[in-house]
Amino acid sequence: MIESEQVTIIGSGPAGLTAAVYTARAGLSPILIEGLDAGGQLMLTTAVENFPGFRDGIMGPDLMAEMRAQAERFGSRIVQGHVSSVDVSRRPFTIHTSEASFRTSALIIATGASARLLGLPAERALIGRGVSTCATCDGYFFRGRRIAIVGGGDSALEEALFLSKLASHVTVIHRRDALRGSQIMRERALGNPKISFLWNTVVEDIDDVEKGVVTGLRLRHIHTGERSRLDGEGLFVAIGHTPNTALFSGQLETDANGYIVTTNGTSTSVQGVFACGDVQDDLYRQAITAAGSGCMAAIDAERFLARIVPAGVYAAA
Amino acid sequence: MVSEDVQTITEANFQVEVLEEPGLVLVDFWAPWCGPCRRLSPIVDAVAAELRGTVKVGKVNVDENPAAAHAYNVRSIPTVLLFKQGQVVETIVGLVDKQQLTRVVADQRS
Repeated sequence: MIESEQVTIIGSGPAGLTAAVYTARAGLSPILIEGLDAGGQLMLTTAVENFPGFRDGIMGPDLMAEMRAQAERFGSRIVQGHVSSVDVSRRPFTIHTSEASFRTSALIIATGASARLLGLPAERALIGRGVSTCATCDGYFFRGRRIAIVGGGDSALEEALFLSKLASHVTVIHRRDALRGSQIMRERALGNPKISFLWNTVVEDIDDVEKGVVTGLRLRHIHTGERSRLDGEGLFVAIGHTPNTALFSGQLETDANGYIVTTNGTSTSVQGVFACGDVQDDLYRQAITAAGSGCMAAIDAERFLARIVPAGVYAAA
Repeated sequence: MVSEDVQTITEANFQVEVLEEPGLVLVDFWAPWCGPCRRLSPIVDAVAAELRGTVKVGKVNVDENPAAAHAYNVRSIPTVLLFKQGQVVETIVGLVDKQQLTRVVADQRS
């Protein structure tokens, strides 16, 4: 019989790792299952300038390495691998990875969100062959080439600025006529001579699936309907994220966009299951708000466990 | 980065080691600066050990062999290509786990 853990955390971004620090320091000896994209979205960015505590900014991977080391320092048990299925229909909850199974009294979900795609068949066919969702990962392959970015928020602008240092030219394609995102990012992007903008424009198709590589884009102006073609070797899709909630489909309440619904802090529709970070946040989606909610989830989980463990009995680590 | 069951593939030996190989060849395109590539590397080693004799496994460092990456339109790493008689029959872009990688090879063996 597999013994039950007190608390298990799924996800290793700022939310999951903060939850790990707090539950470890509470003596709960948490298990944290990293997932394939260990470290979360900050692993895909360069300088993080808005996470408080770092006046000169800090590189995303470095920040995550610090958080991970901190979580381990207090006794978090970090497991490599990713969760293939979860059962929260009864307690203790069951979690399966391809290598192991865990039973847990409390579960903290911190699975985050993944880049949303346009949804074009050509897009899927050309992922890794010119279509990318990560500038820092794949920019290397586009040195000196013409590339396009779809999107109008901070992610798109960050990618544009990063890629402008590598590419020969960057075209930002946005379906509106004004950028979203923070003022500082907008100013930097609009002032960059290597970046140009196509407003009120959408991507209808991507050439060239038969050749197996991106050679250009087919565009449409949403007001005039005019179609055009843009030559280029790369398309970076930066149109937002979608929460990683497929594992919990049918088991936890989610909203219309797939985000886990949380109430009273981080409680979900199942008692003993808590959610933090981007998986339950469509509004703020910042590293610091994710970390903050990870702390809340840890405190919520600890209080939950204290109520279900008989008084005077401390669950052994 | 390279275990006993895994060969170092370069532009110089690509033709002989991959294209002229009669059986299946799994080629992992990676670079030292690529985090997910480093995570995939031991998984590729494990698959090579487990499927020894049924598939040849090699790794290509794209920093040292950019033309090889370019020749197969590899524009994101890690990318794993499965070759059968000199042709690419499967493409896996990004980090995957051992089960997924083994399944892809198994599907091609039939």
